[in-house]
Amino acid sequence: MKSLADLQAIRQKTLESINMRKDENAARVVIGMATCGIAAGARPVMLAFMDEIKNRNLQHVTVSQTGCIGMCRYEPMVDVILPGQEKVTYVKVNPDMVGRIVTEHIVNGNPVQEYTIGAAEG
Amino acid sequence: MRDLSLHLLDLAQNSISAGAATVTVRLTEDEAGWLTMEIEDDGKGMSPELLERVTSPFATTRTTRKVGLGIPMMKENAEKTGGTLSLESEVGKGTLLRVTLNTRNIDCLPLGDLPGTLLTLMLTNPLHPEFVFEGRTPKGECRFDTREVRTVLGSDIPLNEPSVAEWLRDALKEEIDPIFGGALI
Repeated sequence: MKSLADLQAIRQKTLESINMRKDENAARVVIGMATCGIAAGARPVMLAFMDEIKNRNLQHVTVSQTGCIGMCRYEPMVDVILPGQEKVTYVKVNPDMVGRIVTEHIVNGNPVQEYTIGAAEG
Repeated sequence: MRDLSLHLLDLAQNSISAGAATVTVRLTEDEAGWLTMEIEDDGKGMSPELLERVTSPFATTRTTRKVGLGIPMMKENAEKTGGTLSLESEVGKGTLLRVTLNTRNIDCLPLGDLPGTLLTLMLTNPLHPEFVFEGRTPKGECRFDTREVRTVLGSDIPLNEPSVAEWLRDALKEEIDPIFGGALI
């Protein structure tokens, strides 16, 4: 059973990790979570990102949500924001695409161009 | 929406957008198969005028498009099973949304991934609001409260820290699946 005592141990370990981490190295993943995004499959996409982040032990990546930006036909949409770089918007994302986005973009710094909004509109 | 937990995820966004400090989700299934889903918040609430038309697909507070489909779709899905959707709201105090569904009706959507929905809400809103889940079925009761989690974590560790997220995922499944797992077909 998961207990609050387990959580206390996690707190100690996480605090050390946060103290060692430099905020400027933080990467952000922002997922559209309005009705359109949720209906199109944003929840499994978010959970897939969490799985990838956990499996790769990426301590510098945070996942958050945003609302509808009015491009419902492209949902689920995901923004990846790396420090010092332009935001990259991925469209019609599904869980099978998440591994490549994490590996190629977040870890190696190379956006997956074929999944981006630029490719979809090109 | 393919399942009820996706509706829940969507409807809870309204509470988050309303600036709620605490969002409480209650899910109760009785012996006769009636499921009651409540989402209660202490957000900014709705004016009587908005409350009157909020079940219309053409009522929305968003600015990116002129339709708001979440509540109308939930209402339609509830009514298909012989159930209802109702709202109570007061400006400055908050909103209570209550949906009833007959889970034995062939048109009732499956419950879906309830722990995944709650986890999604917590991880994508890692600092606030607080989420409380209370569930009850003939199999038993369960409860989860992010305020208890934060009491241990402190204010300096967000819920979406990977190690915390992993703990939340396991804890939610352990708490909820025995009560709701397989409760609805």
